[in-house]
Amino acid sequence: MTDTIVRTDALSKRYGDRLAVDSVSLTVRQGEVYGFLGPNGAGKTTTLRMVLGLVRPTSGRAVVLGGAPGSPPVVGRVGALVEGPGFYPYLSGRDNLRVMARYQQVDDRGVDAVLDRVDLRSRGGDRYSRYSLGMKQRLGVAAALLGDPDLLVLDEPTNGLDPAGMADMRALLVDVAAGGQTVVLSSHLLAEVQEVCDRVGVIAGGRLLAEGTVAELRGATAVLLRARPLDLALAVVMRVSGDDAVEVVHGGAGDALRVHAGPALIPQLTRELVSAGVDVLEVRTVERSLEEVFLAMTGAPMTQPAGGAR
Amino acid sequence: MSALLASTRAELLRLRRWPATWVLIGVWFALDLAFVYVFDYIAYRTGEAAGPADQVPRAQLLAGLLPDAVPVAAVQGTPLFGGAILLILGALAAGSGFGWGSWKTVLTQGPGRGTAFGGTLVVLALTVVGLVLATLGLDLAVASVLAAVEDQPATLPSIGALAEGAGAGSLVLGMWCAAGVLIGVLTRSPALAVGLGLVWALVVENLLRGVADLIGGLAVVTDHLPGTAAGSLVGALGGSTGEGTPGVQTILTGGTALGVLLGYLVLFAVGGLVLMRRRDLA
Ligand SMILES: Nc1ncnc2c1ncn2[C@@H]1O[C@H](COP(=O)(O)OP(=O)(O)OP(=O)(O)O)[C@@H](O)[C@H]1O
Ligand SMILES: [Mg+2]
Repeated sequence: MTDTIVRTDALSKRYGDRLAVDSVSLTVRQGEVYGFLGPNGAGKTTTLRMVLGLVRPTSGRAVVLGGAPGSPPVVGRVGALVEGPGFYPYLSGRDNLRVMARYQQVDDRGVDAVLDRVDLRSRGGDRYSRYSLGMKQRLGVAAALLGDPDLLVLDEPTNGLDPAGMADMRALLVDVAAGGQTVVLSSHLLAEVQEVCDRVGVIAGGRLLAEGTVAELRGATAVLLRARPLDLALAVVMRVSGDDAVEVVHGGAGDALRVHAGPALIPQLTRELVSAGVDVLEVRTVERSLEEVFLAMTGAPMTQPAGGAR
Repeated sequence: MSALLASTRAELLRLRRWPATWVLIGVWFALDLAFVYVFDYIAYRTGEAAGPADQVPRAQLLAGLLPDAVPVAAVQGTPLFGGAILLILGALAAGSGFGWGSWKTVLTQGPGRGTAFGGTLVVLALTVVGLVLATLGLDLAVASVLAAVEDQPATLPSIGALAEGAGAGSLVLGMWCAAGVLIGVLTRSPALAVGLGLVWALVVENLLRGVADLIGGLAVVTDHLPGTAAGSLVGALGGSTGEGTPGVQTILTGGTALGVLLGYLVLFAVGGLVLMRRRDLA
């Protein structure tokens, strides 16, 4: 058995003269939470639809759980929520799941279990059409969880959830992954992806721009230094860490130096600066946020949840 | 096979709990009772023994109300309002899932597309056959009561006649239902599907028949349209009600009508299935 759960190979989808997905080659590994990150219209949903076999690729191919997307043995092992929940409005939430349980040939007992996991059990008897937006979304996630799939594909699962619901959903995803299930999660919320995902694929304009762990994408940490006089400090830093490892950045609190080095360098750096007669105002380590990475890659701003990226 | 059974059970659960299903079935029974029994019985009770020449004679009215006329009487409404009702059911059952997104959810559950859609077809087929059998049962009961009230002999129809009626009714309703399913899948919109389907069944076919009277070779085509075939099959059952019942015709022979109807049924069902398997579900 391979530990690759999803592999796409130059997957493309063309709608008319618009290339919605352009040669996307990504890899999702066993047991990880894979974040699929991109702005509106980037092609996230279209890619996931092809992975699920709902849409036929124009070119390229995908291998899911060792088989073809959409083939019955594969679909049976995948749980999905794509572009919002879709249910029979006249049935209760529980009956909707019972219908899906019959399609999956799993026991009705699983229905209450998944309702519990998304906190909907007490409202399971209410008609779906009377659910709030967030409740509908959670029922969609419940349907995806039904039958303990090996791969869970969730397209913006926290859409419409309140902050507490979002936190619950993230905890649920981490929990699911800890149980050995693989999760593919699309999102345009950086904080969400940064918090729960092991690996991330960044997509914009239909193209996969980068793929890697969150740490890899952010790159190495840096040290931010504010000191006076700046040119003397610059000379000292260049002597300590090398000419290329430092740049001057312009910030609100005045110019500062950004040193591409780990925190281990800080004691030596401050000693040298002080002995050279430099006034050190501030020294701290900084990590690039995923947002900065994203901006650097695409130049497109991304939406932020309240509180912003960490 | 077990996947088709599973899909059938799933679809059965959701169609059984759908108010629309029961509304349509209720309308069918109401129309059946009204047009087969209530109106004719009122006409019989209030009519004069030697009524005006343009009226159906009382004896003929009474004959149509008795148990041995049930196999014909129960299916005489299928080419017209029965077909329309089942076309609506098929269009709603297949077309609604696109707007609701429920097809998308269903097709990510496990059975293949053909199997999942096959479940819908099986349940609709069962509904059609069940509906026809229930109608025969209900009409037999009503006719027996009328026979008792009117002091008429309650001769039951032969099993063969009942089977013929049930077969013809199921085929006509099934064909229209499959037509609804196909339009539902084609348009992916229940409203558009119902509208277009009804316009075809109730208006366009009749207009075409009118045009065929003017243009020579067109009659071959219009004689083999779904509505004509359905009307001809029911007309071929004969009986006192044959003439004058809207939608019932004698254009094609029973055998030809049977073949044409079967052809349409298969064409519509397989067409829906192929579309459902092939198309992107976006
Ligand atoms: N069925 C379709 N027909 C035509 N164009 C489509 C279709 N589906 C998607 N597109 C186009 O493909 C592009 C990618 O859409 P997609 O839904 O995959 O984006 P997304 O990354 O999921 O965006 P969002 O964050 O808004 O959900 C868009 O430009 C969209 O207009
Ligand atoms: Mg999307």
